[in-house]
Amino acid sequence: MAIRSFFVPFLLLVLWFYSSLSPVLSLYEDQVGLMDWHQQYIGKVKQAVFSTQKTGRRRVIVSTEENVIASLDLRHGEIFWRHLLGSNDVIDGIDIGLGKYVITLSSGGSILRSWNLPDGQMVWESFLQGPKHSKSLLLLPTNLKIEKDNVIVVFSNDRLHAVSCIDGEVLWKKDFETESFETQQVIQPPGSDLIYVVGFAASSQFEMYQINARNGELLKHESAIFSSGFLRELSLVSSETVVALDSTGSILLTISFQNGEISFQQTPISNIVEDSSGPAVIIPSSVPGIFAIKINSVTIFIRVIGKGKLEVVEKLNQETAVSNALPISESQQAFALVQHAGSEIHLVAKLAHDWDANLLKESIKMDQQRGIPHKVFINNYIRTDRSHGFRLLIVMEDHSLLLLQQGAIVWSREDGLASIIDVTASELPVERDGVSVAKVEHNLFEWLKGHMLKLKGTLMLASPEDVAAIQSMRLKSSEKSKMARDHNGFRKLLIVLTRAGKLFALHTGDGHIVWSHLLHKSEACQSPVGLNLYQWQVPHHHALDENPSVLVISRCGPSSDAPGVLSFVDTYTGKELNSLSLDHAVVQVIPLPHTDSTEQRLHLLIDSDKHAHLYPKTSEALGIFKREFSNIYWYSVEDHNSIIKGHALKCKCTGEVADEFCFDARDLWSVVFPSESEKITATVTRKLNEMVHTQAKVMADQDVMYKYISRNLLFVATVAPKGSGEIGSVTPEESWLVAYLIDIVTGRILYRVTHHGAQGPVHAVFSENWVVYHFFNLRAHRYEMSVIEIYDQSRADNKDVWKLVLGKHNLTSRISLFSRPEVITKSQSYFFTHSVKAIAVTSTAKGITSKQLLIGTIGDQVLALDKRFLDPRRSVNPTQAEKEEGIIPLTDSLPIIPQSYVTHALRVEGLRGIITVPAKLESTTLVFAHGVDLFFTQLAPSRTYDSLTEDFSYALLLITIVALVAAIFVTWRLSERKELQDKWR
Amino acid sequence: MDQVHDYENLVADIIAKGMQIYEVLYANVLIGKLPKSCFATKGFALSGRISNVKVILNGGQMYLRGHDGYFSFYYVPSGTHLIEVVAMGYFFSPVRVDVSARNPGKVHAALTENKRGLSELVLKPLRNEQYYEVEEPFSIKSLLKSPMGLMLGFMMVVAFFMPKLVENMDPEEMRRAHEEMRGQGAHSMSTLLPGGVRN
Repeated sequence: MAIRSFFVPFLLLVLWFYSSLSPVLSLYEDQVGLMDWHQQYIGKVKQAVFSTQKTGRRRVIVSTEENVIASLDLRHGEIFWRHLLGSNDVIDGIDIGLGKYVITLSSGGSILRSWNLPDGQMVWESFLQGPKHSKSLLLLPTNLKIEKDNVIVVFSNDRLHAVSCIDGEVLWKKDFETESFETQQVIQPPGSDLIYVVGFAASSQFEMYQINARNGELLKHESAIFSSGFLRELSLVSSETVVALDSTGSILLTISFQNGEISFQQTPISNIVEDSSGPAVIIPSSVPGIFAIKINSVTIFIRVIGKGKLEVVEKLNQETAVSNALPISESQQAFALVQHAGSEIHLVAKLAHDWDANLLKESIKMDQQRGIPHKVFINNYIRTDRSHGFRLLIVMEDHSLLLLQQGAIVWSREDGLASIIDVTASELPVERDGVSVAKVEHNLFEWLKGHMLKLKGTLMLASPEDVAAIQSMRLKSSEKSKMARDHNGFRKLLIVLTRAGKLFALHTGDGHIVWSHLLHKSEACQSPVGLNLYQWQVPHHHALDENPSVLVISRCGPSSDAPGVLSFVDTYTGKELNSLSLDHAVVQVIPLPHTDSTEQRLHLLIDSDKHAHLYPKTSEALGIFKREFSNIYWYSVEDHNSIIKGHALKCKCTGEVADEFCFDARDLWSVVFPSESEKITATVTRKLNEMVHTQAKVMADQDVMYKYISRNLLFVATVAPKGSGEIGSVTPEESWLVAYLIDIVTGRILYRVTHHGAQGPVHAVFSENWVVYHFFNLRAHRYEMSVIEIYDQSRADNKDVWKLVLGKHNLTSRISLFSRPEVITKSQSYFFTHSVKAIAVTSTAKGITSKQLLIGTIGDQVLALDKRFLDPRRSVNPTQAEKEEGIIPLTDSLPIIPQSYVTHALRVEGLRGIITVPAKLESTTLVFAHGVDLFFTQLAPSRTYDSLTEDFSYALLLITIVALVAAIFVTWRLSERKELQDKWR
Repeated sequence: MDQVHDYENLVADIIAKGMQIYEVLYANVLIGKLPKSCFATKGFALSGRISNVKVILNGGQMYLRGHDGYFSFYYVPSGTHLIEVVAMGYFFSPVRVDVSARNPGKVHAALTENKRGLSELVLKPLRNEQYYEVEEPFSIKSLLKSPMGLMLGFMMVVAFFMPKLVENMDPEEMRRAHEEMRGQGAHSMSTLLPGGVRN
């Protein structure tokens, strides 16, 4: 009995553990923020409008290159509200109407919307159409009213519209008959009822239309010809004067159309600017009386005095940004200039009519990693002494947004993080004495107190203050954001590359920026475009003193055959170690599975002429490479003519310059898809660093299947060319999808399946021996997900235990891909409710933990779906044995359990990619989803079977132990007394 | 309510005007409604932010729901389309919309999840979505169910009810059992404990 008394609790314990292993992984509401973080961004600001409303909080409305319109708090830079518009609905202009509506023009000028300024709800929407596509211009005249209705003037699609500000009704519209008329400006002189529409027809004709703003009636139409033509840019200097450049960029033309008469004034630039060389360009601005031109890198401000006379007021050699004019009183207009000078930026605010007096002149220290200022927006406020104060909103080269006021940066937003191109993870430094930056650990008392509080929480005895204390204690755990490696590998650095060419290191604990680095600009390359990130050096064995580094591949210029630039950046410090300007383009990068003695990974860069270049360029790397020379294969996809080619190395380059790190490639095979019926839409391979724990898969009937695991498998999906458009553009009969599994060493097609009546877009993920892909089924009119699993048959007869014991199996025999593989494939399809933006799969350190698919849905959420739901062996009535193995009965659609959204109640607005990084702890994987927003969390696809959870109550354990010990002593006393009594008896 | 009415008038107006000028366009404007009443407030934390509701046509074109609840898509070609609604906290079935080529303006809509047809394009969520596990209220039962609770409970049983059980046993049988035990080398409770050996 005594023995039983010890066993039973253990048995129950085991039972309890089993019962807690339910398949649903989910979060309690108070666990939000414990392991996850979410950051909201808006992207690079294109246009900003300050709310001039006196009441309420100060706001600024911005539109961005990520197609977001947002209302920001001017005091702290927080987002009040924001909307991400569709990718085909690009914002052309924004403004504020009546002080309470945000007016946006988007979709190439076709859609005009009005939003409520305080809460961002849409008020109305108007669809504007016109005869042909044109520049779109939005104008909100302050004093123009038609029947008490404020009017919005929109020029779009070659038609002028006047729209009511209240309900979006089109009041009148006006077409322009002149052929090839290109509108440049729409001008509404304040206080008048006229609208001027000016632009060019053909290349040398200036056109001016004068229109009655009340009814759209054409009052006057004038045109004038200037024989040497125009550059298509105008700068407005007054409501009846514009400045243009002639087609050579050397003569300034002041065009005035006062009273409807057009008159030209020519001023050669060389007359007013000495030592001017090269063509000039007009910097678009709208400061009355002043315009700016740029010759080479010199910005020149020119004032218009009287009848077309021009005068240079200032020449600035530094990078300069100019704001638009801001009316500060009845007759005065102010504007701002921002200049970049080394580690500082100079701010100047001036009155438009008085260049020499400065309203504001300040210098602010600026982080060099922010680059040069790109844009500036000015806003004023009235100080207590009734003078004007100015605040400037500036957009920097790295896409960050800063508010400057009184010589200081009030707030800054790292909006470059809204456009991440590539992500990689890096370890943190190992914790050493003196290296650790962590705070002093809590003493025992504090620790106990914390746990007592937690216990109180579990027992529901905590007061609201206690609950708040518990929550903040959990969130602020100093362990989380420590700058050193942890035992479980949860703390890492996420190195991200943004479109602005800036690298950020984000701490996985709380998402703070550890360092940032704007890619170095060299003489040879003025504007590098970041492309990819690779792990260059991951020291772990014999090079532990070295810091890890990443390789950033960028391109010098927008075209794909522009020369590449390599930068090597230390991931601990963010310092650029080295930068190489290449003399060849980088079309493809192949990280090789070899490292040299300093743990630098060998990379093969393929250029546009099909030469392969080896990096690092050391003799040691070359030695390693030569040994593996014949084992290197890669493939290239030519989308436009539907060809996939396999390549291998041939010999050293036979160029004029002897370069021993350059190799010629030869084509091994090519798969040519019939271009009239198939078009490549998706290609996926396995992740290079994926770990597979076991090749064998034990079936319910004690049978063994061997997974066909090869790094050289490629999944290709092709669709009918007709069906490559959006859903609804084809009928099921003329659309199909073909999925292939291709071996990239031999070019052999291992599997091919056709889905009739299916349509793209196809999103796929490849892991171990399976592929999952998502597409649209036109017949059922639902989305579908398919799974293909591939198994190796050549090893299938290794089931006999005796064979294994006696070593008569072929498991260790070498596999050559050139021998024909005996494979079998299984596949199955299921319906899936949502559109998908991205699919990823969880990855763990050893690959033992079961996998989950991470599906980025159209609602910008990330859904975790167990791989068991996508198992081709699912059947409607699984046998008992199969059920025990964990096979789920077949259903026609995949379940969407709201609790399994890893993003829980958050949205990763504009979701583009999902990245998983294994933690050191086998059960756990780190998930990073990025789009306009960033989201990070830890996931345990099979629960944390190898560690205690965060909310494990140590206090309860202590109490139990204490209680047990107490009970033991009590019972011991009792039994002793009993025994004594027995003996007396 | 007034605004809804105004909007309806406006929409009718636009359509009427559109009919006169562009006959094709009439069929190509898809107007639907997301009634406010369907976003029932059930003490759900997200219900306050229903302004962030998106209607997506064919996985690309997007429309943000205005305060009146109407949405519209322009230049929708005839054919079969898919409309998805994204609203945090609600599950909407995608809607299959057939825009007829022969009868302009005729639209047939059906939910793809349960294949139910819609007489008008009024979209309602199928169900609410709860993203968090519901915190179970504290109960003695759950505490007892935990391994610690079980251990404690068992100890209690052993400590307090065992003696009772023993008492209720036949004294004859008791003695026999005791004898047996002593004979085997004594496995009484006390001998198992430190300092409990006292022979």
